[in-house]
Amino acid sequence: MELVDYLPIALLTLLGIAFAGVSLVLARVLAPSNPTPEKLAPYECGIVPLQEPVQRFPVKFYLVAMLFVIFDVEIIFLFLWAVRMDQFGWAGIATVVAFMLMLIETLAYAWKRGALDWNVSHRTRTRRVVAPEATIEKAA
Amino acid sequence: MSIFIEAAIRAVFVFGFLLVTVILLVWVERKFVSDLQNRVGPDRAGPWGILQTLADGMKSFFKESIRPTNVEVALFVAAPIIALMTALLIFMVVPIGAPVEINGTEYALVGADLNVGLLYVLALSSMAVYAIVFAGWASGSKYPLLGSVRASAQMISYEAAMGLSLVPVVLFAGSTSITTIVEQQQGTFLGVFPAWNIVLLPSFVIFLISGFAETNRAPFDLVEAEQEIVGGYHTEYSGFQFALFFLAEYIAVFNISALTAVLFLGGWSGPVFGPAWIAWVWPIGWFLLKTWAIVLFFVWVRASLPRMRYDHLMSFGWKKLIPVSLAWIILVAIAIGIRDFGLPWS
Repeated sequence: MELVDYLPIALLTLLGIAFAGVSLVLARVLAPSNPTPEKLAPYECGIVPLQEPVQRFPVKFYLVAMLFVIFDVEIIFLFLWAVRMDQFGWAGIATVVAFMLMLIETLAYAWKRGALDWNVSHRTRTRRVVAPEATIEKAA
Repeated sequence: MSIFIEAAIRAVFVFGFLLVTVILLVWVERKFVSDLQNRVGPDRAGPWGILQTLADGMKSFFKESIRPTNVEVALFVAAPIIALMTALLIFMVVPIGAPVEINGTEYALVGADLNVGLLYVLALSSMAVYAIVFAGWASGSKYPLLGSVRASAQMISYEAAMGLSLVPVVLFAGSTSITTIVEQQQGTFLGVFPAWNIVLLPSFVIFLISGFAETNRAPFDLVEAEQEIVGGYHTEYSGFQFALFFLAEYIAVFNISALTAVLFLGGWSGPVFGPAWIAWVWPIGWFLLKTWAIVLFFVWVRASLPRMRYDHLMSFGWKKLIPVSLAWIILVAIAIGIRDFGLPWS
């Protein structure tokens, strides 16, 4: 396996970018261009947009992204082990199963804390109980 | 120099093959959906309307390409090109037929036989998320942004499920090279059944379902749910830039079908008849038959199932597919361990 195996991929990359570039230029030449302020406004069902589109987003998307990073790294480790499984024997299997159980625990924790629930109106959250003394101290 | 020419032939062939396939695929989809819905479907351009896609493609050259005022120009232009490139490049590692011998040299019928084939596929399908995120963010508009945030969360969730579903396949083959995985599926099991990886049934089902979600096809097409978020990430795209997204989407559908056929249905393996000069055609035929059967399954599902709700989609991915694939990996690992190394205490 050498770097030359990637040559067709590099060539297809060039070919694809050339195809897209030439087509876009050709479309620019052939297509009419008649911009009006209404056409160039962002799509908003026919009314004038009132807000900037970049608003706040639910933090859930961020949680999903973090979980994805954890699992994607796990997949890479599993692939490495799967290719050479025959050399590691039962010790390898035991190690990987232990590793996977730790990740399953991560998933179970996220699940229990409601990170995987969407559109829940009454989410059961574990509230941190603040001791009354602490409040008094702060007030004083 | 001959290496360079061979690589160029491979690249040009894959490119041409995919373009012709997409022209057919869009027509097949529209015709099959119209049959399922008791309509006629496209029937004007060419016999049975087979040139409809070509006509639509030509038309998109002559359509005004609108670039709204508050877009991020660089990302807005780059997004459809990234979408197209990731879709094109994935097909490079899919073997479409058995190796053929020309003038005493054996040539593998695959764009590039990488030893990291499956990792390459997973890497590129992760890259495809960038195209959607860039498109949504650079559009500077509400609906594309909502669509792209939804899409990225959906795609990365099912990406994880897809990657996990492939681990048992690698365990079986002992390699991530797709050519090796196909070769390992040759022959028969108990003398009757083909030795395909479909025996890893949970992996097959999870891969196929994640494939639907990765390509944003019905019933997971929330990314472009017209009733809620207009066109999703490509709302602001028009003219040929939209056509590039369209092209990428259909190439991605074909890629997933081809990968399913190659990884689970034995790829080009199948009975071969006739003299040597005709025998090399059979494997290509088997590969195309299996791939197109899955393409038709994709279309059938699209015509049959309603769109899922977003919370159902996310909880299905994280609470069902991922735990099931994790348990399945452990089960397969232990089964292979018992087969190869005997019981652990013996």
